[in-house]
Amino acid sequence: MARAAVLGRLTWQVAGVEQVVDETPGVRTIVLDVPDWPGHRAGQHLDIRLTAEDGYRAEREYSIASAPDEPVAITVERLDDGEVSPYLTEELRPGDGLELRGPIGGYFVWDPEDGGPLLLVAGGSGVVPLRAMLRHRQRSGSDAPVRLLYSSRTLGDVIYRRELDQAADGVEVVHTLTREQPPGWTGPARRVDAELLGEVAWPTEDGALAFVCGPTSFVETVAAGLVELGYPPARVKTERFGATGR
Amino acid sequence: MHALDGNAIGGLLLEVFGAEMTTATGTCAHCGAAAQVAELVVYLEAPGTVVRCRSCESVLIVIVDVRGTKCVDLRGAATLQ
Amino acid sequence: MSFVSRGFRGRRRESDADPARVPPGQYTTDDFPVLSAGPTPHTPLPEWTFSIVQGDEKKTWTWDEFRALPSETVTVDIHCVTRWSKLDTTWEGVSVDTLLEEADSEAPYILAFCDGGYTTNLPAEDVTGGKAWVAFGYGGEALDPEHGGPARLLVPHLYFWKSAKWLRGLVLREEDEPGFWETYGYHMYGDPWREQRYSGD
Repeated sequence: MARAAVLGRLTWQVAGVEQVVDETPGVRTIVLDVPDWPGHRAGQHLDIRLTAEDGYRAEREYSIASAPDEPVAITVERLDDGEVSPYLTEELRPGDGLELRGPIGGYFVWDPEDGGPLLLVAGGSGVVPLRAMLRHRQRSGSDAPVRLLYSSRTLGDVIYRRELDQAADGVEVVHTLTREQPPGWTGPARRVDAELLGEVAWPTEDGALAFVCGPTSFVETVAAGLVELGYPPARVKTERFGATGR
Repeated sequence: MHALDGNAIGGLLLEVFGAEMTTATGTCAHCGAAAQVAELVVYLEAPGTVVRCRSCESVLIVIVDVRGTKCVDLRGAATLQ
Repeated sequence: MSFVSRGFRGRRRESDADPARVPPGQYTTDDFPVLSAGPTPHTPLPEWTFSIVQGDEKKTWTWDEFRALPSETVTVDIHCVTRWSKLDTTWEGVSVDTLLEEADSEAPYILAFCDGGYTTNLPAEDVTGGKAWVAFGYGGEALDPEHGGPARLLVPHLYFWKSAKWLRGLVLREEDEPGFWETYGYHMYGDPWREQRYSGD
């Protein structure tokens, strides 16, 4: 069954949009009804394809935001100069069709049997696949300890904020706000650097598994920082999102 | 930055090879470095998809969509399994 | 009948561009998309050279020598094989005729070579007679590294993959040998008006 979930469908299929949820201004979760969905693993993604009436096509990929036993959902951040994200976050509505294929990915995935401790490091919308992992952890009853280090520009940009504030036992969340902080903010207020990683990351002797997701430059800084701290490269999994335009 | 990683072509590789390839290991024909496809450097914004070695930047894989058919060139990969 | 996404138009806008200026299968854009097959090179100018190579012979210019050559400003339309066209783009550069003058060659083909290993092939007659430049300026400013700076080839009458970024020289050859994209399935010549995108078109 796990094997079938990994392979997914090779062909495109049309899913129905069930619900849209605005997470923050510019970030929307789209809940889908996918016929014959084979199931998915936490961390996998979907390929989405849009086709205009004259046949023009654009394809992008989005991480699945939900746990394997929940309806398939993706969370999309609207990019100003984007071609697909403005459509998904502003035009698409319940009842519409959305062409997709998936689930895709066998590298950036976490299953409860992988255990922990887990270090999840998110830059902006990089939090999406990590949130799927957190939900899966909770819903599966895993007691793997987790630390999430989540970098956002402002508090208003934090996706899934309420959910993360109510994080389950064994989950610690550290937010760093890089552009603007609310009055009285006592948390970190800068981009993730070696020092911040050193404060939040599990000590190397704990044998943690790290998942790092976000824009390319963020991922590379963080991954290099973790390796510097002594994390074996094979224990640092990375997923780079396009910084602009995609 | 325009570079992504092999995660970004998981769907394309699934389509081309009929299998999940992001955990496959590719070795660079130029420098011999071995890496999982998910960790290779991927350029998507080009006339084709170009996959490069993270160590030496040599090209491992190029995929061009020629009139609807995906043409895959693996000459830069010594092995891919 | 394949699925159509309700309300999706993509990035293209209604264009008032003269259709006679837009080759088949293209749409016009006001952006200048950055396409790249690899990392952006950053050769420091004191190390930069441009060469014309023919057999064992090589004529080389340093950056200062290159910039001392006569240059001109041209406004041209450019057409990318990924289907965007951008009209009235302004470039400053040295005509390839100027660079080939001394070589006085009858070699029928050129292979352009670049930092990062990119290459592209062209017939010599497509880069002479005022049809091509080595451009160091775009839109009135120094050419950005993202767009091929310090200097790129500019051959507007062919698909823009022939306008090689991060150009370091031209090899004059007797045979036409495929460059980077040509090796991977793109057309050896690349005339946008005959829609020569792929080998066999």
